[in-house]
Amino acid sequence: MNFKQPLTIMRKELSGYFTTPIAYIVITVFLVITGWFFFSTFFLYNQAELRGFFQLLPLVLSFVVPAVTMRLFSEEKHSGSFEILMTLPVSASDVVLGKLLAGAAFVALMLAPTLSYAVSAALVGSLDPGPVIGGYLGALLLGLAFSAAGVFASSLTRNQIVAFIVGLVICLTLTLIDKFLFFLPAPLQSAIEYMGADFHFRNISRGIIDSRDIVYFLSLAAVAFIGTVRMLEERR
Amino acid sequence: MISVNNVSKFYGDFRAVNDISFVIRRGEITGLLGPNGAGKTTTLRMLTCYLPPDAGRISVGDHLVDAEPLEVKRMIGYLPESAPLYADMMVRDYLSYVGSLRGVDDDSRLHDIAAMCGIGEVMHKNIGELSKGYRQRVGLAHAMMHDPEILILDEPTSGLDPNQIVEIRKLIKEIGKKKTVILSTHILSEVEATCDRVIIIDHGRIVADSRTAELKSAAGGAMRLTVRAKGADFSLLTSRLADIPGVQSVEPLDDAEGLAAAAVRGEGGADIRPAVFAAVRDSGWELYEMATERETLEHVFRRLTRGGEDEL
Repeated sequence: MNFKQPLTIMRKELSGYFTTPIAYIVITVFLVITGWFFFSTFFLYNQAELRGFFQLLPLVLSFVVPAVTMRLFSEEKHSGSFEILMTLPVSASDVVLGKLLAGAAFVALMLAPTLSYAVSAALVGSLDPGPVIGGYLGALLLGLAFSAAGVFASSLTRNQIVAFIVGLVICLTLTLIDKFLFFLPAPLQSAIEYMGADFHFRNISRGIIDSRDIVYFLSLAAVAFIGTVRMLEERR
Repeated sequence: MISVNNVSKFYGDFRAVNDISFVIRRGEITGLLGPNGAGKTTTLRMLTCYLPPDAGRISVGDHLVDAEPLEVKRMIGYLPESAPLYADMMVRDYLSYVGSLRGVDDDSRLHDIAAMCGIGEVMHKNIGELSKGYRQRVGLAHAMMHDPEILILDEPTSGLDPNQIVEIRKLIKEIGKKKTVILSTHILSEVEATCDRVIIIDHGRIVADSRTAELKSAAGGAMRLTVRAKGADFSLLTSRLADIPGVQSVEPLDDAEGLAAAAVRGEGGADIRPAVFAAVRDSGWELYEMATERETLEHVFRRLTRGGEDEL
């Protein structure tokens, strides 16, 4: 596979975020919410760690990522530029990969300022680097998987609001699925827990980098990627 | 260059394109002409690999559209109807984006294409801020960015003012000297003004396919007269005129002044004017008007796309 076309599309989408107010609004909202959750408990626990921040991250990303990705296909379908895009010499998988990577890169850029939380924690106490590194790696993987889900939701409809809600439902389900399991028999519980994104994110953000968790996020992204490519090819 | 063999396309039960076949040769400007909803856009979308045909074969150059879509897309420059470009992108950024997807992202090409399409002064504006005429030109620039062998334009002049239409047509003619151009339109004068060849489609079928000049001369033989006379009632007028040798048909026309009026069509090259005048004079009516027009492409189009009835 040639990566030139996906990367060109990714660059275009990413710079598209920053030439309109979307990027600045989303990043501001994200930083305000996560900043508040981080600092409101930081001095209470009197421990140099980012647990409060990472604990809440899957839930916050469930809202933020679909808001970022909702326009990626819906807007093109709505304005008709989709026809132009698909008659350029690009394949459906080039287009989907480019857009998905743009979403993931946006999440990475959005997370970058939160490194200052880690820095401030390290300044006031002795910060254990393991959970921080694991947490950021997990956050990037989670961002990739949620972006893929959001891009899939966006390919279903030409209405951005619908795309946002569908994406939100997918991401929230993945995040919260293991919170509703108390009434199920135990063997089923662990199977369903394994499907939840939050479970894997918790593992990885403890600083234990297990290949199973990485495989989980990558396969989630792959499934959504394939589904989106199918959606584009089925438009006929 | 392009060959379309027995191609059909369905939307559910609706047959948008019904078993059409045609061949487009290198270096021609071909007009795809038809009323709205005839299947022009669907046909173009199949040529450009946006929609796959449900039946039949389309090949562009040596490539089949469903087997090698990327090769086909590389050969074609396509501008969809009403140029749906990214509104919040700057013209320059947009063209260099298209250029890099097309593999031609050098600045000199960007400069040349901007000069050719006359968009040099709007390169730093957002596409959404442009007037319709400029947007259409940016669309043309987008389609010609990679200097394609085939240029496909869907209703390139729709929504433009008369001056812009003339400019765009001039540009298309200029391009057509070197390239193969296919454009769709429902405006006849556009075909007469720009195209070497015309394919008329209606209800998804091809009803005519010939050189523009041939179609015109085929149409040009017949003569139409509009006759208005006082003192006659319509049925009498019709029967008298229909009796004249060389008259093919007589149809009623409305008249605001209370005159009897009819449209008379002659056969072939016959000049029916003296006989019509004589018929009116001999009946004792007063002839108020007798206007002549040669049959134009417009009449041919109406006849072909309305199942034979000519209602002008």
